[in-house]
Amino acid sequence: MIRTEEMLLNVGPQHPSTHGVFRIVLKIDGEIITDATPVIGYLHRGTEKLAEDLQYTQIIPYTDRMDYLSAMTNNYVICHAVETMMDMEIPDRAEYLRVLVMELGRVASHLVWFGTYLLDIGALSPFLYAFREREMIINLLNEISGARLTFNYMRVGGVKWDAPDGWIEKVREFVPHMRKELAGYHDLVSGNEIFLNRVHDVGTYSKEDALAYSLSGANLRCTGVDWDLRKQEPYSIYDRFNFNVPVTEKGDAWSRYQCRMAEIEESLKIVEQAVEQFPSEGAIMAKVPRIIKPPAGETYVRIESPRGEIGCYIASKGKKEPYRLKFRRPSFYNLQILSKLLKGENIANLITILGGIDIVLGEVDG
Amino acid sequence: MMNDLLHSAPSLSNTLIFFALGASLLMIVLGFVTYAILAERKVMGFMQLRSGPNKVGGRFGLLQTVADVLKLLLKEDTIPKAADRPLFIIAPVLAFAPAFMVLAVIPFSDSLRFSDIGIGLLYYIAISGISTIGILMGGWASNNKYALLGGMRSAAQMISYEVPLVMSVIGIILITGSLNLIEIVDAQKNLAFIFVQPLAFIIFLIASTAELNRTPFDLPEAESELVAGYHVEYSGFRWAFFMLTEYVYLFAMASLTTVLFLGGWHPVPFLGFIPGVVWFAIKFSLVVFIMIWFRATLPRLRADQLMSFGWKVLLPLALLNIFISAVIKEIWF
Repeated sequence: MIRTEEMLLNVGPQHPSTHGVFRIVLKIDGEIITDATPVIGYLHRGTEKLAEDLQYTQIIPYTDRMDYLSAMTNNYVICHAVETMMDMEIPDRAEYLRVLVMELGRVASHLVWFGTYLLDIGALSPFLYAFREREMIINLLNEISGARLTFNYMRVGGVKWDAPDGWIEKVREFVPHMRKELAGYHDLVSGNEIFLNRVHDVGTYSKEDALAYSLSGANLRCTGVDWDLRKQEPYSIYDRFNFNVPVTEKGDAWSRYQCRMAEIEESLKIVEQAVEQFPSEGAIMAKVPRIIKPPAGETYVRIESPRGEIGCYIASKGKKEPYRLKFRRPSFYNLQILSKLLKGENIANLITILGGIDIVLGEVDG
Repeated sequence: MMNDLLHSAPSLSNTLIFFALGASLLMIVLGFVTYAILAERKVMGFMQLRSGPNKVGGRFGLLQTVADVLKLLLKEDTIPKAADRPLFIIAPVLAFAPAFMVLAVIPFSDSLRFSDIGIGLLYYIAISGISTIGILMGGWASNNKYALLGGMRSAAQMISYEVPLVMSVIGIILITGSLNLIEIVDAQKNLAFIFVQPLAFIIFLIASTAELNRTPFDLPEAESELVAGYHVEYSGFRWAFFMLTEYVYLFAMASLTTVLFLGGWHPVPFLGFIPGVVWFAIKFSLVVFIMIWFRATLPRLRADQLMSFGWKVLLPLALLNIFISAVIKEIWF
């Protein structure tokens, strides 16, 4: 008599498709996954605990290292929290710079996602094409902040550096270029029969599941929930721009792909408008006391990062360090649905599903 | 010359000549493999906005592959403790030997060929099936879960795609009435079979890509899923043997495509002054280039899609092609 048994397969922490140090213990029957247990924490650095001994300005570099693919939004969320507590007025020019770098960062982040996702699915070239455009964005951000990934650009009350001469023009020129290349990506990938077969009806979940698992970002919008904090609870100056929130209905990997690709276009729209409206004069920093001491109390702010809803909770006792600081890290929440999605799928779909969630391990592990 | 040799009585000098010829063919093939790898890297580099290898051996990285192979020779030969030692050692050889054996029947030009056997096509198909055993053996003997999955995928894939591959060439066999590759080439003197059997050509190209484990059918070694697939535990020159197998098969399969569909060494009209070997090389390079192009463009299929595509799409189409060919043959010839 033939005896079959389940095989235990450790995927990661060193595996080409786990996008960092993520490990998932699979029970497989042939190539079908019967059980999946994610194991996280390999990149845990204790950002929140460290922050309790740091002044607010000193915390900002730590946030760069959480979601290192879109460090600008992380910078913004902590500054925004402190500014909300201190009830600060931010100069217009600083807000425009912030929006510009955040939206450019969103495009860069989605490009990395697009490239690596296709790489996971087995197409080698889109990765390099996407990184070519991302490199242009990185260079722009490097020019304004002095760093390529960990920008440490924003400050409580504004931004650290003003835009160098000609920077705005470069951003203006980048937008049509990116649109052209994006059409090229669609030509190469979005109509490819093999790609469509790989992503259609893979990793599908319902609207109810998405809400119950507290998903956010494209992972939520792909189920038909129209929820983008830039529209729902406009922060910064997002109410001044005219853009749409891409929402798709099916909740599978393909709708997540469509959602993210459309978001790139919307971000470009915002960048275009921000460049047009950009004030030629003005301060880049508000009047900020030398030592930042938010009044005692609690606050929670949330903004839309490329991966979803990133939140920052600060409990202050009126000192120069926070008493307690907590980040709501979207990758961590989005990852929770993984083991539910994986049951009954085969190994090739594991890669498609994990890639489709778009996690950054620095953010998952904190 | 080959015919006289093949029909002469066995003797010591004959054996030596055969050995020397075999060795020279091996050298040619290895030379091809060296530059096929370089070409693949250069072409992929060109398609992907990179420059590819460009330092070792002068301008174009001409000695890059040589340097890589030398490095592989110097590497420590590791065999996992839990591996099935004898199988682990024999697997790469078993995979490689048939890849080289199939070249014996390929006619490179009207004079340059190594044997002239009546069932050349059948020989090719039968021998190339042995490599699957080597790959499955390597995957099993490694005692590694990824390798096992890769080996199983490989076996399933090669068996499924061998069927449409064989079925697609039956149309040609029907038309020429021969399994001899030389006669098949001669039958294409006026018109290459790609125009006579376009459907068969498409099926053959797809099935041969799958046979070669190349993108979009590179599931057995899908690095994003199975890390490296069946050769994950292999290192040094044993690993190089698996790589060699792949590229020698690329050589063999591109040659077979040229012979079966592109008219072998026959020139295109009005350009007959160029020697046959050159024509063969041009057509053959075109096939190799298409394979590289595939690799730079397409994503990978999923295992179940691969199976259903092979059995539900390619096989019925191949059967249809046989039917049509038979009808046409009955009516016109």
